[in-house]
Formats: sequence, structure tokens, C-alpha cells
Amino acid sequence: MSMTSNVVKVGIADLKITRAPEILRTSGLGSCVGVVVFDHSQRIAGMSHVMLPDSHLSKRDDLNEMKYADTAIDLLIDSLLHDGARAYALKAKIAGGAQMFSFSTSNDLLRVGHRNIEAVKQRLSHHRIPIIAEDVGGNSGRTIEFFPDTGILKVRTVNMGEKEI
Amino acid sequence: MSFLENLSSYQLDILKEIGNIGSGNAATALSKLLQRKVDMTTPSVKVVSFDEVMDLVGGPDKLIVSVFLRIQGEAPGSMFFVLAPDEAEQFVRQVTGLKKFSFEEYPIDELGLSALHEVGNILSGSYLSALSDFTKINMQPSVPSLNMDMAGAILSEGLMELSVESDYAIIIDTTISEDGEKSSVNGHFFLLPDPESFRKIFKALGVED
Repeated sequence: MSMTSNVVKVGIADLKITRAPEILRTSGLGSCVGVVVFDHSQRIAGMSHVMLPDSHLSKRDDLNEMKYADTAIDLLIDSLLHDGARAYALKAKIAGGAQMFSFSTSNDLLRVGHRNIEAVKQRLSHHRIPIIAEDVGGNSGRTIEFFPDTGILKVRTVNMGEKEI
Repeated sequence: MSFLENLSSYQLDILKEIGNIGSGNAATALSKLLQRKVDMTTPSVKVVSFDEVMDLVGGPDKLIVSVFLRIQGEAPGSMFFVLAPDEAEQFVRQVTGLKKFSFEEYPIDELGLSALHEVGNILSGSYLSALSDFTKINMQPSVPSLNMDMAGAILSEGLMELSVESDYAIIIDTTISEDGEKSSVNGHFFLLPDPESFRKIFKALGVED
């Protein structure tokens, strides 16, 4: 295997599926949540960069399904199954959902990190997909990388370095 | 996207002027504070995807120091004053006279952080009050929040309101730079009005279509 794996970048409110040796990366997660769902033995994984908890928040008809926890996770699972993952083998790892600013405010959108985490967990549980590792909450931004061949999720923060979950 | 697509060039010019007035005022305040000449570029108004917002400061992974506040009142929105960490350090040293202020030495000097917070407060306050006077729209700043972290994590917070309605942001971006021989500081002012605020601003200035 080559030392320099190809990195598939996942943007904001974006979603990508890939297989080893490619790796998935999303950068600068704040209150957003990075959701990885994967079938380890098939070496296939999908990553979603969820921005908001609930598609019912949308004020539009043509909503971006990759933006909301409920619709993005449905889409993530559908795409994985379509590409050969097996439903019973799917597992998840999640990271993000920080509270970046400490405003004391009535504005719900500024506490969106916590609500994103809850919404992601609820939707994964709805699909009976176990979350086997998580690094959520706090008040730091995160950059995450997932390696489909090992199932390792690397989480990097500015102040606390890098860890593997 | 429909609203953004329909902005006329006249309306875009108005938004540029908004940026001009606000950041001009802030640059004057900054120049008094530093007792040096501060230059600013002509503001640019960009319609960009959320990913492109991060690219304006060098990508979502880039470490930035930012003062963020919510604009409250009739035309709500978000405002950022963004500096690179080394520039923010320089900035603090100049304002406070602290010679060794650094974000890498823990614990970070409280006085330095407080000064930075206050500078952010003054700059964003002067930006907003000029805007409020010009448009006759009532706008008040929330208490600003100072943060050093990845650009993506910080800036996406200012996109939350917009994201409910759109996948694009209209960002009014002004770069300020200090004109000095030894050292110069470059910063960005980002003004991100909430979707409904554009209509109010245009209405207040009599440029409804």
C-alpha cells in the first residue's frame, strides 16, 4: 500500500463514500458533527458533515439533504448499502458538536452543537447502528480523518493535539 | 438562492457602501488606538458557498483569532473581526506595550487577552454604530466573544442563521492593514447579515426593487 493515501475531502453540509486505501477527511468542525458510518470487513466508509439537527428547520422546499442530521444519515446509509456495505455490519463513530462561543442568549442556534449530537445519536439509533466511539462536545474545533482499512478515526484539535478513537 | 440571484448591481453597490462606511469608521478607531496610519481596501461583496467562506481566510483548518458578535435589533446578523494569531499577538503588543505576549505561552496573559477583546469591542461597535446611523436601522452588538481556533469551527457559527434558508452567504469583506515599517497587521471584517436583514437594509435606503 502506498504511504500517501488519497484523501477524500468532505465539505460543510457534504457527504462522501469511499473505500480503503482512500481516507476521508473533514476540517474545522465546530458545532457541526462529523458522522462516520462504515462496514469494516468490506473496507467501505461514508462521512457526513452535519450542520443542523433537523430538516424541519428548513425554510425551503429544495433542501440540501446533506445538511441535516436526520436526512444526511438516511442518505449516508442508503449510499453505503448501495455501494456494497452490509446493513448488519454497519458501525458509527462521531466527533464534533462543540460549543464554540459562550453566549448567554435565548438564541437556540448558538447552542446548536448539543442539539446536533442528540439528533445524530437519535437517527443512528433509529437505524440500529451502534456508535462505537465518540469525541463530542467541549469548546474546541476538530479536524477528523477516517481510515477505512483500520477503522481508526483521528481527531485533531488546536489545543489538545491529536488522538485516535 | 433565488434572492441572491436577483440582487441588482445597484443593490450590490449599496452593500459595498455599507461595508465602506462601517469599516471606514472602524479603521479610524483603530488608527487612533494604534496612533498609526491604518489602510483599508475597498470592501468586496461576495456570494459564496459555506466552504468558500473558510477559504477567504486560508481554509477551514487555518488557525485564526476572531472576535465574533451577533448583531441584534432590526437587521440581525453576524460580525467577525479576524486576525492571524501572529498578527493578533503583534496587535496586543502594540496596544498594551506587553513585550512578550504570545498565544503559545501558557497561561496566556490575561491582560493581553482582555485588551484584544476590548479592541474587538471598540472596532465592531464603531463599525455598527456608523451603519446604524447611515441606515437609520436600530442595530446593537451583543457582547463580543473572543476565540482562537480553526477557521471552519469559528466561522461556521456565523453561518448558522443563514444555513436554515440557504447554502450560500453574502459576505461583506473588508481588509484593513496597518501601514508600518517594522510591522504590519492585517485583519478582516466580515459582515454576514441574516437573510431577512437584506430586505430591511434595502428598504431603509430606498432601493427596493
